[in-house]
Amino acid sequence: MSAAAQPAAAGALLSIKGLRTAYGKIIALKGIDLEVREGEIVALIGANGAGKSTLMMTIFGNPRAQSGRIVFDGEDITQIATHDIARRRIAQSPEGRRIFPRMSVLENLKMGTVAAPRSSDRDLERVLNLFPRLRERLTQRGGTLSGGEQQMLAIGRALMAHPRLLMLDEPSLGLAPLVARQIFEAIRELNRTDGVTVLLVEQNAFHALKLAHRGYVMVNGLITMTGSGHELLERPEIRAAYLEGGRH
Amino acid sequence: MADTTVPPPSSISGPRLGRAVRSALITAVVGAGLFSLMIGVRTEAGPAGGLVFWTRWTELGWMVAASFVAGFVREIVIQRSGEGVLEALMPAAFKRFINVVARLLGPALLAFAVLMPIIFYDQRYILDLGILALTYVMLGWGLNIVVGLAGLLDLGYVAFYAVGAYSYALFSTTFGLSFWLCLPIAGILAAFWGVLLGFPVLRLKGDYLAIVTLAFGEIIRLVIVNWQSLTGGPNGITGIPRPSFFGVPFSAGPEGFAELFGIAFSPTHRIVFLFYVILALALLTNWVTIRLRRLPIGRAWEALREDEIACRSLGINTTTTKLTAFATGAMFGGFAGAFFATRQGFISPESFSFQESALVLAIVVLGGMGSQLGVALAAVTMIGGFELFRGLDQYRMLVFGMAMVAIMVWRPRGLIGSRTPSIYLKTPTQISASLVKEGHG
Repeated sequence: MSAAAQPAAAGALLSIKGLRTAYGKIIALKGIDLEVREGEIVALIGANGAGKSTLMMTIFGNPRAQSGRIVFDGEDITQIATHDIARRRIAQSPEGRRIFPRMSVLENLKMGTVAAPRSSDRDLERVLNLFPRLRERLTQRGGTLSGGEQQMLAIGRALMAHPRLLMLDEPSLGLAPLVARQIFEAIRELNRTDGVTVLLVEQNAFHALKLAHRGYVMVNGLITMTGSGHELLERPEIRAAYLEGGRH
Repeated sequence: MADTTVPPPSSISGPRLGRAVRSALITAVVGAGLFSLMIGVRTEAGPAGGLVFWTRWTELGWMVAASFVAGFVREIVIQRSGEGVLEALMPAAFKRFINVVARLLGPALLAFAVLMPIIFYDQRYILDLGILALTYVMLGWGLNIVVGLAGLLDLGYVAFYAVGAYSYALFSTTFGLSFWLCLPIAGILAAFWGVLLGFPVLRLKGDYLAIVTLAFGEIIRLVIVNWQSLTGGPNGITGIPRPSFFGVPFSAGPEGFAELFGIAFSPTHRIVFLFYVILALALLTNWVTIRLRRLPIGRAWEALREDEIACRSLGINTTTTKLTAFATGAMFGGFAGAFFATRQGFISPESFSFQESALVLAIVVLGGMGSQLGVALAAVTMIGGFELFRGLDQYRMLVFGMAMVAIMVWRPRGLIGSRTPSIYLKTPTQISASLVKEGHG
């Protein structure tokens, strides 16, 4: 998986132009331009409070963009209701996982099929093969899972809708390094074998950039740098800001 | 895991004891403040018309002492309690026994309910009580859809009960429509009002939602009180037609039910019929809820209760999900209301006070939100308990309050707090969800 190996289909699946979002008077996104092409893994890295999660949420229409355009597969989705955005087969594993704690693992996964009524047992099989741990825990309640298992469940639930674009918000947050590596491995696997396009938000810049075809660096609501994953990894300012202090 | 949370009795000492004493002292001080005016000073109109008062320091002293003891006991109990404590204290054989009982409880209760009119045929009081309890079982199951499944705290549920009751009363007295025709109308009207309430509260959650629904319940009641020309105001509506056996009245005449079936006339026939009507309505509520839980809409309700943001990002339309929950719950409230009207023959706004909403909500919460059996048990216990303690007069509420506190301390998720999953794989696995304890937080 070298940086040069760009996916063949290079059409932009998701394209964001001049996106601005504010919470009251606080401007969280100050004009974001970002593009995710079909079949790519794109990493969005940045410090706490840079606006990464806000960007993810804005793509889903909650909060609404103040100005700018979000185009998915040629259609402007900037003003579409959140649940309708999900029905265009954009799936999200949100920040903090947000699984349903009192529902069983199987029920949690089934909830992922709302946006894709034709989702089949094959999708379930696919998710369970990707995360064998979930198969062992199918009847257990979501709230009883460990952090890593909950993350697998959140990603698995998003995959049940057979998404064209999978957005993952901090999938490694709070996980032991080994578990985080498993999650990243699963993401790579998904992209390689199923061709799922992934937009990944991460604080763990090293792993994210190693995994991604391309990356964006976000600081204070603005994209400050972009390039292939390997290019960004070699940049001294990235190393200084996000990577020094250990490649965990 | 329970072993770590339950210290052996001997460990109540040192800092724990100190904490308990401190907490008891605080309780006593608060008690002294509250009781000083309520009990310490007594006022009465004197012979000359002026106000005379005298002090009762001894009684006050007793009350403060009682608060101290209560505060101390409470602290000790809470330190040693929480979910799983009772379970930890039980021997394994007893636990197995409980499990068997739990599995048979539902069917046994149902069989008992079906046989009740036969067993207690000549005890009208018990049959009346059974009808009342079943009405609350039905109301509890109806509200359970809104509060237990969808997680929308509704403090104004009685409004839909009232809508159902008044729509039956008005349609039957004005147009002479029969009960079975009015029943769906009452349900539809109540559901309509449910949607009407639903719209403005779509964005509200938790406390704010509770306040608005509370106000909604009061608005409906005040409209009924004040719209004299339609509802008869505080005088209510009298002469609501009694139920007939699908058109055959329960009367002694030649056209009556007894004559038709060639049996001796008895006023109990009507009571038994009413009993089976409310039983059927309650079971319908239960059946519909169980079916809905397995459908996408029911799962969406439960997911909504768990996490609204996650729901939206999964493509669930939270607007329609909430509105259908309000409408479905309200519809069953409306059915129950129509039944109430035909059973009483007379309705007035007094029957639809906030206290009714609070009672039904207490049934749902104590029973275990979302648990059908729990809600039924809570309703029967509560209504039966009210009757049982009728002799205690004003202490009835005290017993009721203490029972509530006890349940909230020992079983914070209600009598039956576990939730049964609504889908399984075709091949069942070994672990059952109820064996695995849920993490807190």
